[in-house]
Amino acid sequence: MSRLTPPLDAQDHIQGSTDAPIQLVEYGDYECSFCGRAHLVVKAIQRAMGDDLLFAFRNFPLTQVHPRALRAAQAAEAAGLQERFWPMHDLIFENQQFLEDEHLSRYAALCGCDMDQFAQDIDSDEVAEKVRSEFLSGARSGVNGTPTFFVNGERYDGSWEPEILLSFLQQLRGVRELR
Amino acid sequence: MALEAGRRAPDFSLHTTPDQSVGLRDFRDRNVVLAFYPADWSPVCSDQLPIYSELLPEFSKLGAEVLGISVDGVWCHLAFAKHRNLRFPLLSDFEPKGEIARTYDVYRKGEGVCERALFVIDREGMIRWSYVSPIGVNPGADGILEALEGLQQGKKS
Repeated sequence: MSRLTPPLDAQDHIQGSTDAPIQLVEYGDYECSFCGRAHLVVKAIQRAMGDDLLFAFRNFPLTQVHPRALRAAQAAEAAGLQERFWPMHDLIFENQQFLEDEHLSRYAALCGCDMDQFAQDIDSDEVAEKVRSEFLSGARSGVNGTPTFFVNGERYDGSWEPEILLSFLQQLRGVRELR
Repeated sequence: MALEAGRRAPDFSLHTTPDQSVGLRDFRDRNVVLAFYPADWSPVCSDQLPIYSELLPEFSKLGAEVLGISVDGVWCHLAFAKHRNLRFPLLSDFEPKGEIARTYDVYRKGEGVCERALFVIDREGMIRWSYVSPIGVNPGADGILEALEGLQQGKKS
């Protein structure tokens, strides 16, 4: 059984409460069109599950297939250093056809980033190492394509069509309630 | 049943390009990850192999080379490798078809393709780990990394 390694910690970008009974973690690639679709699925699931769900995103850029994926991941992380990871993450996925440097800078500006700081951070070793370490954690966790989801620490191999993933998560939530 | 850990890995000589062949004996001082897969271009393989390509620096640190192998011809391999930017050799088990897959016991006669099977082979040419994934499931890289790390530790102690 492939397990999330390492588990979530303070380095992770999370939405929702750490007390939530269901933890959904996505390894994704900003240039991957499947991840673009999954982005909308995750939004719908977050709306449906509310406080019952914690969502976290880790980078898994396949740089040989997607030439802009790494840069986009670094841009999201650079915005993250200014507490603007999630708005940047959304903008990148909503505009994933446009991931050149000029576009990424525009998104960062729209998110309200200090642009001098952003320009410095996007090229920093700190950001490069965070993205690489997330990629390696994915490889170690058994990520086998993008997106790969982990539910409460275990790789989810089922379909992520919204109804199917949602009913899986709700069922799991129900089981927990009964215990 | 695929050949298991503890068996000697059968050697081979297979084309990677129209005028180049590769065999295990070319990697005597390296560990080898032999990744059998059903077909170039199939959706699952198209995800599996780029992940290995992305991990080449880590495999290299663990003293390992990666070789992909399927029954596709060399020209097909060349086009696939170029399209997916793969940076390790793809071997063509093409003539006689599937001969090497059969020696590793990972040939699917009905379909005429290889299983999705992984072998980690040490510097002495011994199989140290093997795994056959359900054909539609990409096995990822966690098992390979663990097996190679096990070899590194064995070497140190």
